[in-house]
Amino acid sequence: MTAESRSIEVTVNGRGRTIDVLAHHTLLEVLRDDLGLTGTKECCLVGECGACTVLVDDVSVDSCLMLGVEADGASITTVEGLAVGERLHPLQQAFLDTGAAQCGFCIPGQLVSAAALLAETPHPTRAEIEEGLAGNLCRCAGYEQIIEAVALAANRGTSAAVARPVPVGVDVASTPDANVAPQ
Amino acid sequence: MRAFAYERPAHLDEAVALLADHGPEARLLAGGTDLIIRIRDGSIRPRTVVDVKGIAEIDGEIRDLDGHLTIGARAVMTAIAADERIRRDHQALAEAALVVGAVQIRNRATLAGNICNASPAADTVPALLVYGAQVVVVGPGGIRRIAIDDLLVRSGVTTLAPGELVTAIELPLPPTPRGSVHVRRTRRRSHDLASVTLACAVDADGTTRIAYGSLGPRPLLVVDETGVLADPESSDAAREARLADLFIDAAPSPRSMRASPEYRLAMLRVLALRALGMARERLGTRGAPA
Repeated sequence: MTAESRSIEVTVNGRGRTIDVLAHHTLLEVLRDDLGLTGTKECCLVGECGACTVLVDDVSVDSCLMLGVEADGASITTVEGLAVGERLHPLQQAFLDTGAAQCGFCIPGQLVSAAALLAETPHPTRAEIEEGLAGNLCRCAGYEQIIEAVALAANRGTSAAVARPVPVGVDVASTPDANVAPQ
Repeated sequence: MRAFAYERPAHLDEAVALLADHGPEARLLAGGTDLIIRIRDGSIRPRTVVDVKGIAEIDGEIRDLDGHLTIGARAVMTAIAADERIRRDHQALAEAALVVGAVQIRNRATLAGNICNASPAADTVPALLVYGAQVVVVGPGGIRRIAIDDLLVRSGVTTLAPGELVTAIELPLPPTPRGSVHVRRTRRRSHDLASVTLACAVDADGTTRIAYGSLGPRPLLVVDETGVLADPESSDAAREARLADLFIDAAPSPRSMRASPEYRLAMLRVLALRALGMARERLGTRGAPA
């Protein structure tokens, strides 16, 4: 059948956008292919690895299991929305400091899941970190350093992890994505 | 992924009409955590996907209504696991919701979707069976309520009529004090389908309900009204004999990669005994010993 296209309004990393998306395209495809935000990784495509994790209205989801059209009206935060200009997000800095990234492919998803965890639980126990990141696989098996990084970011008191959603319609179109994420 | 048309009806009657028009070519979309996987792998090929999330009459709220808890069909696992009333009165359901997939899946996956997929391994279904949940459905014939036990047929098949969709799930409040628990056996803790998934509820009047999944085409409910399972004075041998009688219909598939039939049957007995102990203990802490 012919592919159906729909217009949706989304806020991506603080920037409001109106875009046409194909009905059968996932949010992952929309982010990577339509918006060029390739930090969100495509990997298992069955919701097991977490490499495609993004925040939809501050809630972590696998973007490979959500249609782009379902995001109409939502505020999306991807890994590109974590840093503020040249200043890394505290979680990104902690991942660097502990050497948590090996091949790096899973790290965007790990960071986004960790940001969601710290937004809800600023001082997680180790068990809470493990549970919060259970949906993110690391095939380098760098779990110890990743858990250490999240604990380090939490200890540094950097729980204001996630950009607050900007309502659709708010004029932030002139704002570059990287400058509007976390305060 | 293969192309399809996307519909987002604003009202129930529109959704019912869409389902009637498109018949088996239409599929309902709630959380999408099963649906999108199956469309992508080609195991289903809908021409139309009907998103229930725009329907005004369907929400994800959990409400106290007339002696039962009503869970809207859009309620996701995260919300169910966190709800204080469910954690208090339907603890096995809260525990089951908390082991589905991982965080990202639980943030999208709905209880209604878990029911309608009719997976033999659905983690929330044994809890719904022991609590006697009713599924509220709307279709061309109007509204009706189906006991969860009468809804499930086999993997992917329910007794929902063409054009019917689930709007809510109702959980009766326990008439007497009750202790309940969900336990399961998986190869790893997160993101695995259960080799055995089981819920157990022990009532203060001595009735024990056990429901188990992943040991046959659909989850099964068994009820012990003899009091043998609930009685703290029963011997282990008496309990095991009673369980062996109750589990006579367990028929795990020999073709599954996850676990052999022998292993599943052995673990069913182990988990049932463990769950019985935990449910009795929880009943005891409610100040109403059996």
